Amino acid sequence: MDRDKLLKEIMILDFAAVDLGLYLNTHPNDERAINLYNRVVNKADGCRTKFEKFFGPLCSFRSPSRECWTWIDNPWPWSEKFNKNL
Amino acid sequence: MWIYEKKLEYPVKIKNTNPALAKLILTQYGGPDGEIGASLRYLSQRFTMLTPQAKATLNDIGTEELAHLEIVAAIVHQLTRDMTTEQLKESGLDAYYVDHGDGIYPANAAGNPFTAAYLQSTGDPVVDLYEDMAAEEKARITYEYIMRFIDDPDVMDPIRFLRAREIVHFQRFGEALMYVQNEVDRKKIHPVKKPKCFENDCEC
Repeated sequence: MDRDKLLKEIMILDFAAVDLGLYLNTHPNDERAINLYNRVVNKADGCRTKFEKFFGPLCSFRSPSRECWTWIDNPWPWSEKFNKNL
Repeated sequence: MWIYEKKLEYPVKIKNTNPALAKLILTQYGGPDGEIGASLRYLSQRFTMLTPQAKATLNDIGTEELAHLEIVAAIVHQLTRDMTTEQLKESGLDAYYVDHGDGIYPANAAGNPFTAAYLQSTGDPVVDLYEDMAAEEKARITYEYIMRFIDDPDVMDPIRFLRAREIVHFQRFGEALMYVQNEVDRKKIHPVKKPKCFENDCEC
């Protein structure tokens, strides 16, 4: 399992969801956009679950924890090593 | 309520230290058209916004600006890694350094601290949305001015992303304004009470 590849996938999908969400705020009846939004969100959900299972939590109050609280150990996104290979 | 996720909205991976560039980019953190001002502006204005479309637009763009704030800070942080005293002197970041060291501080490119005077929240949905459209344009032109000084593709990449978002947000605020304007026209009453002099029986 490639951490950076999976993280990049989540970032791409989440950005698509953010952008579609903004569009839908002012075009709430656009069925094509809603379908696309749902596809993106579902796929991102799957990737997020997979990422957290192998590489630790993305969120400090929504993600399940392992026996040890790894939230404090995983790199922060502004650090060099976090997204060096994205 | 907000949810923090341990990732950036767009990746930042800068190899080379460049304090001179960091000094310029810092203005999009805490300068007059920077991301913290944008976020505060929209998140404050949403309480008196009209129509479901415009409320959601302010809420969600105000939230995205927080993610942009983190991207700008990550760029400055990575550009100021392992600075030598010589680099600090030559770059002009030395004055900032004696006040803040390697720290990230909300200031403009000239070092003036962030102030809420950079933004408005008037309580009038129409007035606020015009300000928001202007704010997105001002942030866009600031990114373009910054781009003149970037010769590092590692820096250009996330800056280009941030500039593009200003254009999208401008578009969304324009659409939100259309909804608000229609609502005001439909109700034939402005959301904010007009002064008495606007009434027909005014004697002054």
